[in-house]
Amino acid sequence: MNTEKKKGWKEIPMAGVCWVPSTSYLTGDWKIYRPVWDSEKCTRCVLCHLYCPDGAITWKAKTNEMIFNYDYCKGCGICEAECPTNAISMKLEGEP
Amino acid sequence: MTAIQQKGQKVIALNGDEAVAYAVKQCDVDVVAAYPITPQTIIVEKFSEYVHDGEVDTEFICTESEHSALTCCLTAAAVGARTFTATASAGLALMHEILYVTSGCRAPVVMAVANRALSAPINIHCDHSDSMVERDSGWIQVYAENNQEVYDSIIQAFRIAEHAEVLLPILVGLDGFFLSHTLENVCVLPDEVVRNFVSQRQFPLVKNHEGKLVPFKLDPENPITIGPLDLQDYYFEHKRQQEEAMQRAPEIIKKIHEEYAEISGRRYGNGLVETYRLEDAELATICLGSTAGTVKTVVDELRAKGVRAGLLRIRAFRPLPVQDIIEALRNVKAIAVMDRSCSFGGYGGPVFHEIRHALYDSNPHTHTVNYIYGLGGRDMSQHMILKIYQDLEMIIKTGRTEHLVQFVGLRE
Amino acid sequence: MASEWKFTAKEIAERPDLFMSGHRACAGCAPATVHRLVLKATRGPTIATNATGCMEVTSTIYPFTAWKIPWIHTAFENAAANASGIEAALKILRKKGRLEYEHVDVIAFGGDGGTFDIGIQALSGAVERGHDFLYVLYDNEAYMNTGIQRSGGTPLGAWTTTSPAGRKIPGKPQLKKPIADIMVAHEMPYVATASPAFWIDLIKKVRRGLEVEGPAFLHVIAPCPRGWRSDPSKSIEISRIAVETCIFPLWEAIDGEYNLSAPSKLMALRPERKKTVKEYLKMQGRFRHLFKPEFEHLTGKIQETVDRRWQKLLKRCNMP
Ligand SMILES: Cc1ncc(C[n+]2csc(CCOP(=O)(O)OP(=O)(O)O)c2C)c(N)n1
Ligand code: SF4
Ligand code: SF4
Ligand code: SF4
Ligand SMILES: [Mg+2]
Repeated sequence: MNTEKKKGWKEIPMAGVCWVPSTSYLTGDWKIYRPVWDSEKCTRCVLCHLYCPDGAITWKAKTNEMIFNYDYCKGCGICEAECPTNAISMKLEGEP
Repeated sequence: MTAIQQKGQKVIALNGDEAVAYAVKQCDVDVVAAYPITPQTIIVEKFSEYVHDGEVDTEFICTESEHSALTCCLTAAAVGARTFTATASAGLALMHEILYVTSGCRAPVVMAVANRALSAPINIHCDHSDSMVERDSGWIQVYAENNQEVYDSIIQAFRIAEHAEVLLPILVGLDGFFLSHTLENVCVLPDEVVRNFVSQRQFPLVKNHEGKLVPFKLDPENPITIGPLDLQDYYFEHKRQQEEAMQRAPEIIKKIHEEYAEISGRRYGNGLVETYRLEDAELATICLGSTAGTVKTVVDELRAKGVRAGLLRIRAFRPLPVQDIIEALRNVKAIAVMDRSCSFGGYGGPVFHEIRHALYDSNPHTHTVNYIYGLGGRDMSQHMILKIYQDLEMIIKTGRTEHLVQFVGLRE
Repeated sequence: MASEWKFTAKEIAERPDLFMSGHRACAGCAPATVHRLVLKATRGPTIATNATGCMEVTSTIYPFTAWKIPWIHTAFENAAANASGIEAALKILRKKGRLEYEHVDVIAFGGDGGTFDIGIQALSGAVERGHDFLYVLYDNEAYMNTGIQRSGGTPLGAWTTTSPAGRKIPGKPQLKKPIADIMVAHEMPYVATASPAFWIDLIKKVRRGLEVEGPAFLHVIAPCPRGWRSDPSKSIEISRIAVETCIFPLWEAIDGEYNLSAPSKLMALRPERKKTVKEYLKMQGRFRHLFKPEFEHLTGKIQETVDRRWQKLLKRCNMP
């Protein structure tokens, strides 16, 4: 969350040009359920990455892993619903 | 050789619309987007001829509406293009929403407005109601007196709008029919002189979301986001920035006007206001646009009779040159402000509001009255102007103002 | 048309997200997925613009922006005019040697309100003038940004706040405007429909739309869990069933020649796989009232309309 002191009119770029990438704004605290990934069941089809509205899942080529970025994941459950091998399960936040 | 010839200029007969098109042709404009409407149509027609005859290197977009025309100019300017559009009356009203967006996006669009009345009832003739309603839209507004000034103002407009300290859109008003459709001799500069004068657009740097300082334009190498959702946190700050740019504009308008005088030999007062026989005047009228020509004739007549009459013509109505107005009217005893539009239910016309307000502290003892005239193209005769000066004489004599706001040239 | 772009899912996964995380769209917002996928399909320098609407608002809450590429928003009804101005500027600046890129693609995004309704004039004008740009209509079938009001893209019977499920009038009484066919009638070079569920098809169509010279129009169904009163996890599934019921068939029209796309071709060749509209309707709270006995006839009417339009499309595609 952006907690820095708000700037004055002389300090900000003109014309409303945005000076912070949205990635600095964490939407992860919106979620109630959190997707939990099962590497064993996963076939690396990357569908979850493609369908996630928030770009919260990336495929790391080097290690061939699906990385879930909980800072952005809003817990919508699309990835769980779309995973063809049931490799994702939604868990209540705070529960194992 | 005359001064004109010395500068390689030539005189050609142009109506006001043609003078606009001719100036735009010389200014190396990248994108022109426009939509026809009387009395502006000649501008788009003339410019279309230039395009179809290969005389200009310009993308000409014949849009399906004025709303889209201005939008095209705005986004083209955001990409870095020099842009121009022209409209009048209903067309300007249709653009209304985008006028604010253009200034808010700091897009230096140049627009000619052939001033025309607003409907209803529909009327194609001159008054200033179309551009007066846009006085708070964040556009610089310049009103020309004759076709020569129309031509000169358009050329200066590109420099003013695109100036890094300003970056605001600018509207050049020319009175519909009185100028737009009236042939006058216009002295034009050689193409290369104009081209040098306007030169190329420069882009100030802004901080983008990658933390880089990048040129203020839509460029894939240096991406920026323009036109976001801007709520309680920062919207106010952005509007303050716009006001600041407006406040910087007068100096730049004057400077560019002076630079232009050097290449052309032509001046219009100091670029912001023009005074006519005002130095020792007791009676003054104030007006915008072509009416000034008629007023000057009347002033000369009165002067010949020993009446100390003068005229103040406001050239830049936005930003309002408050100090110049105060200065010019310092010794005047009675002032008639002439408004070619009506602010229904208001306390006089829009020019009156501003002038009287500007004088409130500085010249509290000056009598300032208002005349609404010329709506829908109604003629403003020398006789009527003479009557206004006579009213002012009476006010000074009696020390009383009978009517603060009057309509002139209207049948009861 | 240029040679077909071949790609694997992993190649797409490796492309960076040009529509970045941290935007404020609701959880399960398919329009957000659509924006991500469209930008994944870009081929080089690109400038984007949006009409006012959910995606513009949620992606650029000042001082934040979700747009990695240059982006501009000006108003609601003029996304296609935005694109026109951008394209014209690029063209002339390139000609004058003031643009360093060989080519820059231009994409305009508009919602259904910004496209079917208030923006159709600017869109029609831009297409008639032949500007080279891709228009992406993300269709969530109502004005979501202002709180779920009906649009010309809202389907028959759907509840919205301006077409409430009243005792007398159950939802929207009118049909959805056939916007993509209207665009084909402009004799433009490329028109297609897409669904995020069929992401390969969508990505290919975006690429074709960019490659084609002149205007291209892509109509994408984009479920909105908030406005459709649907389960956020079902957004992609709903966009799949929309195709499988033939409510939203996938096709493209290249130079006016209609062709069914694979997912819908399957429905044409194997009509027994075609799902009933009820399967689609029941997943969404906005149609709940249609399952009350007094309004059940409406689901029949919806099925009839879908069948009629599907038959018309099959004919256009020269399918038996
Ligand atoms: C001229 C104008 N009229 C109305 C609005 C208010 N408004 C903003 S977004 C919107 C609806 C957008 O609907 P749509 O295009 O379907 O996009 P969505 O929000 O659903 O993604 C409306 C009505 C506006 N911004 N401008
Ligand atoms: S959708 Fe499922 S199987 Fe496919 S990559 Fe994601 S987790 Fe693995
Ligand atoms: S739950 Fe939704 S937001 Fe979170 S990773 Fe899955 S698809 Fe993305
Ligand atoms: S209201 Fe709908 S379209 Fe808008 S952000 Fe939410 S889910 Fe997306
Ligand atoms: Mg919508």
